[in-house]
Amino acid sequence: MAETILEIKDLSAGIAQEDGGEILHHIDLTVGSGETHVLMGHNGAGKSTLGNVIMGSPVYKVNSGKIFFDGEDITELSVDARAKKGIFLSFQNPLEVPGLSLEAFLRNAIREKTGKPVKIFQFKKRMEEVLKLLDMDPSYVERDLNVGFSGGEKKKAEIFQLLMLEPKLAILDETDSGLDVDAVRTVSKGIEIFQKNGGTLLIITHSTRILDSLTVDHTHVLVDGKIVAQGDGSLVNEINEGGYSKYIK
Amino acid sequence: MAEMRGDTPIDISEDRSKGLLNDVERGLYDFIDEEREEDFYKVDEGLTEEIVRQISQEKHDPDWMLEFRLKSLRIYNELKVPNWGPPIDGLDMARIVTYVRSKTDMKASWEELPEDIKNAFEKLGIPQAEREQLAGVGAQYDSELVYHNVRKDVEEQGVVYTDMESALTGKYADMVREHFMKLVPPTDHKFAALHGAVWSGGSFVYVPPGTKVDIPLQSYFRLNAPGAGQFEHTLIIVDEGSDVHFIEGCSAPKYNVANLHAGCVELFVGKNAHLRYSTIENWSKNMYNLNTKRAICEEGGTIEWISGSFGSHESYLYPTSVLKGDGSHAEFTGITFAGKGQNLDTGARMVHLGKNTSSFIDTKSICKSGGISTYRSSVEIRKTAEGAKASVNCGSLMLDSISRSDTVPAMDIRTDKADVGHEAKIGRISDDAVFYMMSRGISEAEARAMIVSGFANPVSKELPLEYAAEMNNLIKLEMEMG
Repeated sequence: MAETILEIKDLSAGIAQEDGGEILHHIDLTVGSGETHVLMGHNGAGKSTLGNVIMGSPVYKVNSGKIFFDGEDITELSVDARAKKGIFLSFQNPLEVPGLSLEAFLRNAIREKTGKPVKIFQFKKRMEEVLKLLDMDPSYVERDLNVGFSGGEKKKAEIFQLLMLEPKLAILDETDSGLDVDAVRTVSKGIEIFQKNGGTLLIITHSTRILDSLTVDHTHVLVDGKIVAQGDGSLVNEINEGGYSKYIK
Repeated sequence: MAEMRGDTPIDISEDRSKGLLNDVERGLYDFIDEEREEDFYKVDEGLTEEIVRQISQEKHDPDWMLEFRLKSLRIYNELKVPNWGPPIDGLDMARIVTYVRSKTDMKASWEELPEDIKNAFEKLGIPQAEREQLAGVGAQYDSELVYHNVRKDVEEQGVVYTDMESALTGKYADMVREHFMKLVPPTDHKFAALHGAVWSGGSFVYVPPGTKVDIPLQSYFRLNAPGAGQFEHTLIIVDEGSDVHFIEGCSAPKYNVANLHAGCVELFVGKNAHLRYSTIENWSKNMYNLNTKRAICEEGGTIEWISGSFGSHESYLYPTSVLKGDGSHAEFTGITFAGKGQNLDTGARMVHLGKNTSSFIDTKSICKSGGISTYRSSVEIRKTAEGAKASVNCGSLMLDSISRSDTVPAMDIRTDKADVGHEAKIGRISDDAVFYMMSRGISEAEARAMIVSGFANPVSKELPLEYAAEMNNLIKLEMEMG
């Protein structure tokens, strides 16, 4: 097995607000470097919560358990510190920031992440390459971040950011939901490129469309905040055919 | 903003980390230029006929100007302090020194200025900006201009850019007299009357017909004396078919006593002429900024206001555009940032008189650390203004739950042949957006600053590059101050 990059140990978490309920119960999950994991489950099972907790969202709080990344305990780390270590979350609903172009946003993110000034020429060249790889219109990067983007455009922009930022681990939260054929093609292509370049993936999904062209190493099934089944890529097909009913008590 | 809401949910996460720090001095502007008493001439505190006569004599006014000053003083004494805006009880006219002059003549070379004054402007980057991107520069220090220079090629185009004092007695004396305080008469309000009585300094610009000035002219106003008032008068006349961009910048160091700024700007935009008037105001937070600005446009003329208000303790500022000529056009793009201890009441007024006139107002206001920001505007479409179009768009961003933002947009439309639109939004920084940006490696402070800069971007992108950069720095500085 590959070297472990993400290790979740006995993690329980819930809403950070007072009296917020617990959503995740005693999760154990180990992801090896370069592997592709799929986290499946019906709506409300806690899949997105898990993705957000790994990223450090202030909406949730960890009640017990630990998260290790690259061998380091990151349970208490700030969101940006986790990103700097190489974790990336593709949002289910990417946020809009008026007056800030996608290009300026990325330039700032790369500068903050690396702690070095961005070389404009190199940066522009890299942007052009990635846009071309994803078959995206160059005007994309001049638009205000996600403002007025269609659902598909937002997801394409997330994948564009993924390839620009080159994290070690990408958590894709329902990146394939609500996409038209064109967007599915772009998103799948982007994920494939990331995978081929050695990136580690944790794909959160309740459908399997973008998985068709990907090699899946491990599948985890989440029901009511608990991992109820784990297997290899073939588990995806099994669930496709049989659904989750078998796992629901 | 995507996350703008009409109501104002209490943002607890904000309170936890913000609002605890005290006001931090703004190093760039707050340096106090060392003044030696004997190098300056100043009148006594307060406002009396004696003082007004003294100022007039000191300035070698023509007779009509002395009369004008005395008449203005009478009007001042009759008018009441406005009671509808921020309270100005802290301003005691009996304590304000209305005239302070450095004992230096106006120079056309920075090198000839006294060292301390030269250094003050060097720190503000004015000489460098002049070398790099300006057609002409005027620099006022306390009550008088100490520096004035225009590029030769611009002068050769026939463009006149001079201090008001020279203009009063020079070749354009009649033109100045014909226009001086005709657009903003001393009867307009108490502080216009005050201005009429004690005004000093400022710039006069005349652009002859059919002249396009490619690079901007700039006046910079620095008020250094504690407890003093600055009352500069800016008069710009842009003749038929001409085009010019004028920039004014203002700053002052912070003192524990109240300072007062009651300037007056009068802009005359000729037929099919175009004037852009940009202001970056960063008065210190002990300043009462009671400034009056007004433009009048002839047929087909355009006035564009770009306005950034960051400083002062309290501001009343509503640049007015009078669209007199048919087809004339006005745009106001403004941003106001009210931090701790600031109460900034800003906006614009549009008066449509001519047919098919159009006006756009686009403003952003930001408040934090208990600052109060009020957007106040008035759009008046008179009976004669058939076919007029007006739109108002104002957005407010509150950075914490102890700050306040108000919107007071008035509209008075006297013809049904007009097209008027209005949109107002008040919101807060969305925690989700901050999380989103942080998930890309951006720190929380930087994410917030980027959201605020983005919010301000529609205004900053209208500013000349170096001013946009300055504005972004000011925003960053304000954000870092916590």
